Amino acid sequence: MGSNWLLPVVLNIQPMKNQFWILAIFIALVGCNKSANEKPFAGLKLPSNFPKPAYSLEDNPVTKEGFELGRKLFYDPILSKNNTIACGSCHNQGSAFTHHGHDISHGINDLLGRRNALPVQNLLWQSSYFWDGGVHNLDLISLNPIQNPVEMDENPVNVIAKLNAHSEYPKLFKKAFGSETITNARFLQAMSQFMAMLISANSRYDQFKQGKINLTENELEGYAVFQAKCASCHKGELFSDFSFRNNGLSDNFTYDKGRYEISLIDSDVGKFKVPSLRNIAKTSPYMHTGSFNTLQSVLDHYASGVKYSPTLDPLLQIGGKLGISLTETEKSQIIDFLKTLTDDDFIHNSEFSEQ
Amino acid sequence: MFNKSLSIVLSCLSIILISVSACKKDGNNPVGSGSLTVEFDNLANGSTLILGQNYTNANGDVMNFSQFDYYVSNFSLVKADGSVYTVPKDSCYFLIREDGGENTEIELTNIPAGDYKEIRFVVGVDSLKSVSPAGERTGVLDPAGDGAGMYWSWNSGYIFVKVEGTSPQAPLDPASGTNKFRYHIGLFGGYSSATLNNLKTFAISDADGDVAEVRTDKKPLFHLKVDIMEMFKSPTTVSVAANPTVMVTPYSKTIAENYSDMIKLDHIHN
Repeated sequence: MGSNWLLPVVLNIQPMKNQFWILAIFIALVGCNKSANEKPFAGLKLPSNFPKPAYSLEDNPVTKEGFELGRKLFYDPILSKNNTIACGSCHNQGSAFTHHGHDISHGINDLLGRRNALPVQNLLWQSSYFWDGGVHNLDLISLNPIQNPVEMDENPVNVIAKLNAHSEYPKLFKKAFGSETITNARFLQAMSQFMAMLISANSRYDQFKQGKINLTENELEGYAVFQAKCASCHKGELFSDFSFRNNGLSDNFTYDKGRYEISLIDSDVGKFKVPSLRNIAKTSPYMHTGSFNTLQSVLDHYASGVKYSPTLDPLLQIGGKLGISLTETEKSQIIDFLKTLTDDDFIHNSEFSEQ
Repeated sequence: MFNKSLSIVLSCLSIILISVSACKKDGNNPVGSGSLTVEFDNLANGSTLILGQNYTNANGDVMNFSQFDYYVSNFSLVKADGSVYTVPKDSCYFLIREDGGENTEIELTNIPAGDYKEIRFVVGVDSLKSVSPAGERTGVLDPAGDGAGMYWSWNSGYIFVKVEGTSPQAPLDPASGTNKFRYHIGLFGGYSSATLNNLKTFAISDADGDVAEVRTDKKPLFHLKVDIMEMFKSPTTVSVAANPTVMVTPYSKTIAENYSDMIKLDHIHN
């Protein structure tokens, strides 16, 4: 549109001072117009109701350029061996950055993983990542899917070489970090800056807590039941205590020993990280296996499907009774409450989308 | 006369004594700083390790190595008087990669001049560094740089010691079509709760009391012998057939305990 406005002026150009000034004013106006259309960078805003982040933001402050670079990398399949799989391939924004409809994800060459893709949200507040907590620092997350032979199957040395040889990335790294030379540390820091911005804290639940809206009677009933029966694990404003627990999905963990594979401690067999429940209505299917398609089936599991094994969580066998006692009414109330954790702003924020 | 001679002799003696003690004093408190070389001389069964050659381990298995890489870090040096100089964190991580060349020497710089009787270091990368953010992972600690292939991305931590090769006793590896063995030993003790810690500390000195004399103009050398076969020898004899692949498993503790005495002093060279 801008160039259309300019066209007649450019055609009429004559060696006259007046017209030169008209052109200059037009260019200036068009320039202003363009920058007015571009949203100013909101920057990182930490929600007041969240605790102190686990990630040290002072070591890697989020800037507009770093965030935009991280976003470009997140959606770029260049990070995979054959340039076909991007982070965004399995972490779709509309599903709170999970792999919508996939129990387990298919990565490079359609190879299948073992576990359901976790949402990429509120990562600043976690001190361990992935279902088994094998990664301790946000900066190091990206290396895991990049190197996993069934996800992106790429060598970090190649990633850095490909980025350095790219026509755009060296310039973008210079804008973000002051130097065209792309190092692994800068690459990982750019990824962290993008992921740091993925904060979900404006659900109806949040607005209710801030006194801005009311919840329905059913949702409030659900909130009460949730606090009584779910919140000991799905604790606090992040809806997880981020501990590792065996929630009784199976009594045989030969296929996937969970936390044990990291800690090598026998009592960790079958334990997986308690996931956050924010945006849970958008992240079906559920559990590390992705074996439940609905919230109803998840609650049915806790009410009547829990299987015993030696590492089963003590909270799921109180008084020798397996599971959590839940009536059908309570289940539906909990589901109503869980839906209040959906954050439409987060899911639709165009700043987080592929540009 | 006798008295006079005696007094001359005594004076001479005292001059000599004073000058000797002065010299000694100089030797104990040299000024400035210098460097020190540490040579990691990789061996197999006592002779120079050659990649691609067959060796027999304590169990009688034939092992042909293609790779022997390990981290050494957190160096400190003990003076003859017992005081300890610790090499600063920013210059205390090294990766020794056996490549058949002479690249298994490292240099510690800016060491205060003095006589050092003992060298201490860790095989592996300490827990603090193992959980550091990306910005601190440079040089040999950069998984996409000089540290390539020495990092577990799914269980974030460095591989302290990496040994690979082939053996007729190892089962056929479908991925490579060869009879491969792989020993990738790491694990720094866990981030939030105590888990397996395979970090091994070495303190090496000369039995006869030799010291390394670091001076502004003298660069001594600790010549260390690193026998790869110790990893498979004692206290536990390792069978390649039974344990061809050891990475993040409880058995890694056995291998780490075996290699906790694989590095010994050959000699100190001044």
